Amino acid sequence: MAPRKDAISKKTVAKIEKLAESVLKTVQGGKNPFLDIPVRSLANVTWSDKRRLVELGGQKQKRYFFNVSMAKKFMQTFLVSEACKELIDSGKTTSIRDLYYVTKHTIGDTRQNTFEDQDESDPIIEDLEVTMDSLREELHLFAARKGSMVGPVTIVDTGDTIDLRRMGSGGWSVPSIVEENVITFRKHEAKYVLLIEKDAVWTRFNEDKFWKRNSCIIVQGGGQPPRGVRRLVQRLHRELKLPVYVLVDNDPWGFYIYSVMKQGSINLAYESMRMAVPDARFVGLSSFDKDKYKIPTNVAIKMDDGDNNRAKQMLAYPWFKHARWQNEIQEMVKSGQKYELEALSRRGISFITEEYLPKKLKDKDWLE
Amino acid sequence: MAKASARAAGASRSTARRAKRPQMDLFEDKATPPVVGATPEEAAAPAARPAPARRATAESMAQKQREISVSEFFVKNRHLLGFDNPSKALLTTIKEAVDNSLDACEEAGILPELTLEVHDLALEARRPQDAELTKGEGRFLVVVQDNGPGIVKAQVPKIFGKLLYGSKFHRLKQSRGQQGIGISAAAMYGQLTTGKPIRVTSRVGRKKDAHVFEIQLDTRKNEPVVTHDEALSEWHQEHGTRVELEIVANWQQGQRFVNRYVEHTALANPHATIHYTRPVGAAQRENADRPGNETLSFPRATTELPKEAVEIKPHPHGVELGALMLMAQESKSRDVSGFLQSAFSRVSAGAAADILSHVPWGRKAVKPRQLAENRAMAEALHKAIGETKLMSPPTNCLSPIGDELMRKGLVSFLTVIESEGDEEEGAQLDLDSAGMKSKRAPRAEKAARAEKGKGKGKAEAAAPAPEPVPDAPAEEGVEKIKGHNYFIATVTRSPKVYRGNPFQVEVGLAYGGSWPADKTIELFRFANRVPLLFQRGACGITEGIVKTDWRNYLLSQPKNSLPVGPMALLVHIASVWVPFTSESKEAVAHYPDILKEIQLAAQECGRKLATFIRKRKAEDYQAERRSIFERYIEEVAIAIGKITRRQPGPIKREFLKVAHKVTAAEMAEEEKAALEKGEDEARPAKGKAARGKDQPSPKAKRRARAADEAEEE
Repeated sequence: MAPRKDAISKKTVAKIEKLAESVLKTVQGGKNPFLDIPVRSLANVTWSDKRRLVELGGQKQKRYFFNVSMAKKFMQTFLVSEACKELIDSGKTTSIRDLYYVTKHTIGDTRQNTFEDQDESDPIIEDLEVTMDSLREELHLFAARKGSMVGPVTIVDTGDTIDLRRMGSGGWSVPSIVEENVITFRKHEAKYVLLIEKDAVWTRFNEDKFWKRNSCIIVQGGGQPPRGVRRLVQRLHRELKLPVYVLVDNDPWGFYIYSVMKQGSINLAYESMRMAVPDARFVGLSSFDKDKYKIPTNVAIKMDDGDNNRAKQMLAYPWFKHARWQNEIQEMVKSGQKYELEALSRRGISFITEEYLPKKLKDKDWLE
Repeated sequence: MAKASARAAGASRSTARRAKRPQMDLFEDKATPPVVGATPEEAAAPAARPAPARRATAESMAQKQREISVSEFFVKNRHLLGFDNPSKALLTTIKEAVDNSLDACEEAGILPELTLEVHDLALEARRPQDAELTKGEGRFLVVVQDNGPGIVKAQVPKIFGKLLYGSKFHRLKQSRGQQGIGISAAAMYGQLTTGKPIRVTSRVGRKKDAHVFEIQLDTRKNEPVVTHDEALSEWHQEHGTRVELEIVANWQQGQRFVNRYVEHTALANPHATIHYTRPVGAAQRENADRPGNETLSFPRATTELPKEAVEIKPHPHGVELGALMLMAQESKSRDVSGFLQSAFSRVSAGAAADILSHVPWGRKAVKPRQLAENRAMAEALHKAIGETKLMSPPTNCLSPIGDELMRKGLVSFLTVIESEGDEEEGAQLDLDSAGMKSKRAPRAEKAARAEKGKGKGKAEAAAPAPEPVPDAPAEEGVEKIKGHNYFIATVTRSPKVYRGNPFQVEVGLAYGGSWPADKTIELFRFANRVPLLFQRGACGITEGIVKTDWRNYLLSQPKNSLPVGPMALLVHIASVWVPFTSESKEAVAHYPDILKEIQLAAQECGRKLATFIRKRKAEDYQAERRSIFERYIEEVAIAIGKITRRQPGPIKREFLKVAHKVTAAEMAEEEKAALEKGEDEARPAKGKAARGKDQPSPKAKRRARAADEAEEE
């Protein structure tokens, strides 16, 4: 069947064509062609107090073709654009890894490849996203999927109705693209969403049927949650008006996961609007929980230099300026110790689902 | 001193190892019966028994004390003359004969045309189809023929059959041969190892008959013995000399040195044509002219004879006391003033008076002969000479290769090198495959070489081949040889003096082309146009180059080592008396005056090189840029073509148009930046150098090993 393009796809293709045409026009005018690419670095990221989001600034970098250090990237950007256009035209979606293989080939009679590895092609895709202000999904691309979810909610995924109450031990695996045209929500009895850092802890919550007893949706993103998980959590929050709680390790990495969930990341600052949940609450593991919940120090892990540096960086982030957060991070730095969520199992295998989290929620013992 | 004793130790070891060799026995067999009754062992034995406390008496010892002839001395000390082992002996034999031929031709003002043949006798005896090169030692016939003035019949036996007989020892004139040992030593070596006499054919002119001699050496008396003497009514040359020597040699090991010697001789003697015939095994022999042989020709690059070297009188500042006394004895002058003026250069009547004013007996009338008898008087004079300021010796007596000819020599040398390709690892100097190739593509190549020799120069170095992106224009000093660009720079210093001997240093370098960039440079050493192939480490030339800081000239250089880079460096010392470290003339002695001149010449050449490298770096950067863009334009054009549904061809053309425009305009600035960057990169050679010292690359190791081998042999 000839794929029918929806409005978004048409728009995206038009953007790609416009990009190519503008370059062509510059060249025909005898000028050095360039692409205007928003800078994706800390320097071009601002913290919006009003929206409580990390936002991309206005800085743009011109990527010229006739510049030794930029020529290759310029060339790569067009290889990716062309491949994406072809994907959209044929109505197919592919992984960014796949795209790397599609666009990789040897240049002329040299021994040089268009891309040497995927680390080269991934940033080009992100460049293209910001340059054209198109989402990855709109380019018909997705990242490797990661993350799973269960809870008292029914959804429709590309036409299939799925009851997330009956997903067994593995849960529903969250796809990379979770936009309205793919996923829609139906009936639900959930009161909140619980984002758990890691799969092992999520499995404990699922096995103990925590979500059933407490009427919540539990999601895990396998460490730093991928775009699909973040976007889905945001939609659950916005569309179903569910509060979001984040349960992560007590270490700088865990705090950063919360931070990204809450106000977006620096690298994907241009997507903060679509991903961040500024109201997300940090429910644990707090630096003060070790005393409150009597976690013995012998299950602590010593902070290393990397941890300390990261913690110090976070102390400077505007969104961690609140006194409570400063206390939280400083306490960790001061003690020089970090705790994994699993450390709670020292108090009993289901301590986390039966005592720790319920008490936390009951006491409203969280940070925002 | 330490070096000398180390050499002696090494020598005695090697003599011991060889003590049982048949050639020594051969020598014993043909020796005339000893004059004094018994061999040393027999004489010592009876004396030892009756008087155990005193094994020999002065009288018994006196019986054994007798004169040793020069020949006998050298029979035992062959290594001093370069006959240490069969592979080296082969080269030395060839070298002595070729040196003599070139000297003779130049002295007579004849453009040398030399034929050099090496025949593997065992190989030629076999049937052509299964002929293999002799492995290891074997019998070889060496033939060297020149078109020189020939040798007068009466002189032939003495020249070839008597050690220390010659025309060059007693004069001060730049020539290849110096002592008059070489060729007769080769004859002696041949006689010792094969029992065959040296065979010499010579003709002095059209109206004279050619004469063939077979000459043996009486080693006890150091006298020639003519075993065959025949007049030839017919000979193919009007004048010239042909020397045939049968020797035991090792071609397998020695060939690379012979090849190198021939190549380098051609390099330093661009006025000579050399035809070089060498044995080739059946496997490589499809194109050979004769079974077992193939011929390589090195045509002359110029028809101009080098400036004639003029004989000069010694300069007083270089003379030693003993020599002074000897000269005084032989003087025919009536007084010392006259003696000084006639025997030395740069001593005028005024200068002589000046010298004598410093001598206590200066005012008396003294006959030169008196000086020879009175040591104190001679010493006073010697001291006075040292204290008197004299004009430097005349330096117009030297005959350097010269900038222009050095360049021509390098070009034709590189042409031969490039013909061979690099199928053999680490064998840039091995001619083995060059012969094959030059035969396959003969005319055009030679024509091109001749052309280059004639009109070479800046315009010609331009690459006429059309290229998609314009190549860098012809550069000054760059020669395109077989598709490789070489930067060639030459420096000829003005003559200087060491110990009263005038000398002159020349340096030429060929940079780039197909020299490997990660290896030590090739250093070609020459003394009076003779290539020095052994004892690189012990040579003053090497020291001069090592002591030059090449990092200033953008090459990396490990501490106390030759620089590393794609370069061949030619160093030539011309002198009326080149101070060698030994009679085999393998290394130049370390005189500070000479070292300093070598360094100055190297620095001058290095500055030219640095200028070139800097320019080249900027150009490389540009070329790299261009190729990057060219590669990517194709890709971008295809992608944009697909997106906009256009043909990629026209898009590509649009891009290329801009490429030329943009690169020209915008590059100017980046060029400047790149140049500065390039200089920065060149500087941290120090770090590289340290690494080079601690951990030489495998290639460097291989090359070092090859150099060591050369040293050993």
